[in-house]
Amino acid sequence: MSTSTNTGTNTSNSWLRERPEIVFVPLIFVLVMGAWEAVIHGFEVPLYVVPPPSAIWRSLVNGISSGLFLSNGWVTLSEALLGFAWAAVAGIVLGSAIAQSRFVERVLYPYLIAIQTTPKVAIAPLFIIWFGFGITSKVIMAGIVAFFPILVNVIAGLRSTDVQRIELMRSLRASRWQIFCMVKLPSAMPMIFAGLHIAVIFSVLGAIVGEFVGSRKGLGNLILQMNINLDTSGVFAVLVCLSVIGITLHLVMHWLQRKVLFWADQNQIPGV
Amino acid sequence: MTPTPLIQIAGLEKRYRSRDGSLTQALGPVSLDIAQREFITIVGPSGCGKSTLLKLIAGLIERSTGVIRMGGREITGPQPDIGVVFQSPVLLPWRNAIENVMLPATVQKLDPARSRERAQQLLGLVGLHDVAAKYPNELSGGMQQRVAIARALMHDPAVLLMDEPFGALDAMTRETMNLEIRRLWAESAKTVLFVTHSIPEAVFLGTRVLVLSSRPGCVADVMDVDLPAQRSLDLISSDAFGVFTRRIRQHFKANGMIE
Repeated sequence: MSTSTNTGTNTSNSWLRERPEIVFVPLIFVLVMGAWEAVIHGFEVPLYVVPPPSAIWRSLVNGISSGLFLSNGWVTLSEALLGFAWAAVAGIVLGSAIAQSRFVERVLYPYLIAIQTTPKVAIAPLFIIWFGFGITSKVIMAGIVAFFPILVNVIAGLRSTDVQRIELMRSLRASRWQIFCMVKLPSAMPMIFAGLHIAVIFSVLGAIVGEFVGSRKGLGNLILQMNINLDTSGVFAVLVCLSVIGITLHLVMHWLQRKVLFWADQNQIPGV
Repeated sequence: MTPTPLIQIAGLEKRYRSRDGSLTQALGPVSLDIAQREFITIVGPSGCGKSTLLKLIAGLIERSTGVIRMGGREITGPQPDIGVVFQSPVLLPWRNAIENVMLPATVQKLDPARSRERAQQLLGLVGLHDVAAKYPNELSGGMQQRVAIARALMHDPAVLLMDEPFGALDAMTRETMNLEIRRLWAESAKTVLFVTHSIPEAVFLGTRVLVLSSRPGCVADVMDVDLPAQRSLDLISSDAFGVFTRRIRQHFKANGMIE
């Protein structure tokens, strides 16, 4: 009897030590929310300055049940994902061209540096002039913000191919194109994925910034409207939606990475 | 009576330009004739240019002076009749064992079904019957190097160049691999050039040992190893074996390479 109880406590202890997050993450959440609620009520902080968690929760439930968050969230998400998709294609194609050809690198480099060093947010108003208040200007904004982390990682990944792998391919009389497709690109995939991971989160940022500058729909647009109406708990509720989008995108990328890079040591993949 | 050599190396030299612009002699001059079916082991101190010599023959780097001919034709780049096994297995981690063995056939765009069959046979030949679907990170170091050997044999080259292929393996695995490679060589009609820094390995494997001096590597000695063709590990402790290893050591001692 006593032995079985001992092993029981031991296993529960080791379980707690191995996965402490299962207990502590919700625990901290509940404690912080409780303290937050108490402080707001205790010091009688006005609702429009900092709302208590209970008010944010009500705004969130209202926003979701009225379909407001879903329709606007969908707009922001599609802006971000379209921008991300364009950035991924452009980043991989251009990055490959730069990594493969000194000529392309030397010709394009000054322009890329010029674009990258310009604060992208500062260009956003121009996109409104050129592409209007619709979705296009936000897709471009999201794409531009997402493009550089992909480009940089594609170039770095392709440049860091193990020379022995290339030597092996040369000894088999492989063409430049074969070496690229069969060795360089797959070898660069862990780095490329790290870039995509950063880029997908950045693309949401780009979409929101685009919406701030000028838009009719989207979660960024919603935040501006609620701010003007001093609906602070509504703003917080939108922020919750945005972080849910961010976490979902992160998890999807993580899942994709495990599927595609099954052969790589998951701990050695740079980035997240 | 002597047959025309399969590989002729004459006055071969390799110089590198250092960063400060000066030329560094890395190898040579080396001259050597290699007949078909020979097992040449190349031994020398580290940095003497053993690997450089092999890469020159493989056509992977350009020579500074001299000629290398194979079957009478000058070597100017990678050859279809040469298979290379590198120091590390260099397997592609996203391809499983059999796909790695098939790589030469994939590059040459040969019929996949037939090359898969051949790859399976080759895996059997190197003692890996049932790992075809395993990925490199699921294989031990010795198994990975076996896969690499099978890959080098895929396009059935006449010449096999091996650059310290067992250097990273533990002593036990290494002995097994030495026996295997002797068996593979005896069963095929291949010519093998095998670089090593282990004196016993050089004597055990080779029909001829090429001893290189320290950088820049020149031919210090070439010795015929007239030990029995059937070699077992017992041979290593025999007196006849000791004669050869002692002679190589003396070269290194004379040049101050061993204290």
